Amino acid sequence: MYKYDNYDQAIVDARVAEFRDQVNRRMAGEITEDQFKPLRLMNGLYLQLHAYMLRVAIPYGTLDSRQMRMLAHIARKYDRDYGHFTTRQNIQYNWIKLEECADLLEELASVEMHAIQTSGNCIRNISSDQYAGAAADEVTDPRPWAELLRQWSTFHPEFSYLPRKFKIAVIASPEDRAAMRLHDIGLELVRKDGELGARVFVGGGMGRTPMIAPEINPFVKADDLLSYIEACLRVYNRYGRRDNIYKARIKILVHEIGADEYRRQVAEEFAHVKTLGIDPPLAELERISAFFAAPAFDAADVEPDRSDPDFAVWLDQNVKPHKQAGYAIVNISLKPIGGIPGDASSAQIDVMADLAEKYSFDELRVTHAQNIVLPHVAKRDLYAVWQALRDADLANANLDLISDIIACPGLDYCSLANARSIPIAQKIATRFADAERQRDVGELKLKISGCINACGHHHAGHIGILGVDKKGVENYQLTLGGSGAEDVSIGKITGPGFDEDGIVDAVEKAVEKYRELREGDERFVDTYRRVGMDPFKEAIYG
Amino acid sequence: MVEFRYRDDEVTEQPSVTLDAFLDQSNASAVRLEPDDDARKLIPFLDRLTLIEVAFPKFRDGRGYSSARILREAGYTGELRAQGDVLVDQIAFMRRCGFDSFAPEGSLNPEAVERALSTYDQYYQKAADAAVPVWKLRHG
Repeated sequence: MYKYDNYDQAIVDARVAEFRDQVNRRMAGEITEDQFKPLRLMNGLYLQLHAYMLRVAIPYGTLDSRQMRMLAHIARKYDRDYGHFTTRQNIQYNWIKLEECADLLEELASVEMHAIQTSGNCIRNISSDQYAGAAADEVTDPRPWAELLRQWSTFHPEFSYLPRKFKIAVIASPEDRAAMRLHDIGLELVRKDGELGARVFVGGGMGRTPMIAPEINPFVKADDLLSYIEACLRVYNRYGRRDNIYKARIKILVHEIGADEYRRQVAEEFAHVKTLGIDPPLAELERISAFFAAPAFDAADVEPDRSDPDFAVWLDQNVKPHKQAGYAIVNISLKPIGGIPGDASSAQIDVMADLAEKYSFDELRVTHAQNIVLPHVAKRDLYAVWQALRDADLANANLDLISDIIACPGLDYCSLANARSIPIAQKIATRFADAERQRDVGELKLKISGCINACGHHHAGHIGILGVDKKGVENYQLTLGGSGAEDVSIGKITGPGFDEDGIVDAVEKAVEKYRELREGDERFVDTYRRVGMDPFKEAIYG
Repeated sequence: MVEFRYRDDEVTEQPSVTLDAFLDQSNASAVRLEPDDDARKLIPFLDRLTLIEVAFPKFRDGRGYSSARILREAGYTGELRAQGDVLVDQIAFMRRCGFDSFAPEGSLNPEAVERALSTYDQYYQKAADAAVPVWKLRHG
């Protein structure tokens, strides 16, 4: 894990002091709410329906037990004893008091954490693969590159007032666990002639105009990366649309001028930027990489005892192969049937921190599917880990099943939402509560957004649900066939929307149709792709 | 009105002209860039310019930051002024992009500006100012 040096710490500490000053000026009336808004937003502080919401950055979703315990402490001391893990691998607190915010940030800074650029029209927290450093299929650990980008993007003087927010994801595996091509910039690290570099995709995103990012460069060398990304951003900052907030993301620019023209402009800008000496020497990437060296794996390769049937079910569903023999990746589902997707109590957060410290080389990850990962668990310890999770109501064996739902906070919290998301997630999960039925249905990624901004990634759901406001009544549209993985696609709308109970019925009908039509080991999305929309439409509306 | 200036030379008295007027064979030595003007069009003429004023009609519109860097990267050494809806908390970023004078529409508290400029001692990235980025401090 990356550790701050004096420079990193000084920058984060200075931010706390600056924000304290900004809050004081706001409370004294020296600046207006309109002037304060972009400042608080760059510190992840939103004014929501009921209170301030604070979003804390978890860079590339990686944290240690000390940091995890701090998140629990903050939930207890400053919030209502829980936190909400988000689709961008961050955590949000929903009930924050403005006057306590600087103290909270100071506590975060004491464990090398912050809320810098977790909102606002700037470069947001860099996201990555939750299995980084543990996945068998990765060409390298993507996190050192993500950390390099984190530092470069932090308080970037030219790119803090972009046309719109800007999200970057870095992966290093052919299997995409981070929805890489649905980001403003997606980087896939690859090896070419023995040298590491990045495939660069630009202009993906969800929201009201979902787009899959086209490849803009097949290979950017490590020591050109920052210059190249700076060129990508400069073209966007100069020419991205500012006349319409809904057309301001980079995907619209790339779409309107075309990938070829955007590529040409970036190449021209890069030729200039490269002469400025903004790229750190490779020694900096090596320095950062040293923090991510593999832990001292030494466990014998023993298969766990499967005699406890509940454990065996969880093992098959939530535990994934590790690149190191004798180890496994443990997924902790934050999706209990009837619960709020992504929420965890302070007590649960503490339990996960303890398990990471004892069994996972002190590491945890947050996933974009709003779950937690213990990346390096010895197979001999899996039963003990499962028992501890079970005792904390954290052993939900539903990873990637229909009840492992991504949902935005929706109208229960969010001032942008048109409809509630959480109750829909709860009703669908409850409808499919039968564990055997869920497992029979198999991998099915269901994602719910409470408005067109698509924070719940509905476009990328095998089944997606979008809440809209129809003449003052909540209405839910259904989409099928989306994916945020390496088989990336945008879901298609089935037809007219439904009310709250109707959408649950419609989902069930679609699932039953799949069970009827599937061949071999096809997943829901495979069957949909083979047979198309019509049979599903008939089942749902017929 | 110029409220903050970080240069020792004389203030240019000549009023600034628009980019179009300047390119139309003007002999002016002061020019004003609007957010959608292409700063690169000035590159052939930087030697004879003593003031470039970059307009910020709305503080949220960040195009002027790129304009400033492009001019400094091209070797412009004259006065580079941010004019318009400029907020205290933007001045540090603007200084890093190469601005050295500020004419904010609303008056700014000089103490707050001083505080904003002295908040950070370290910077992660190389920009248009003289600050040495952290990676260079780490590796020499």
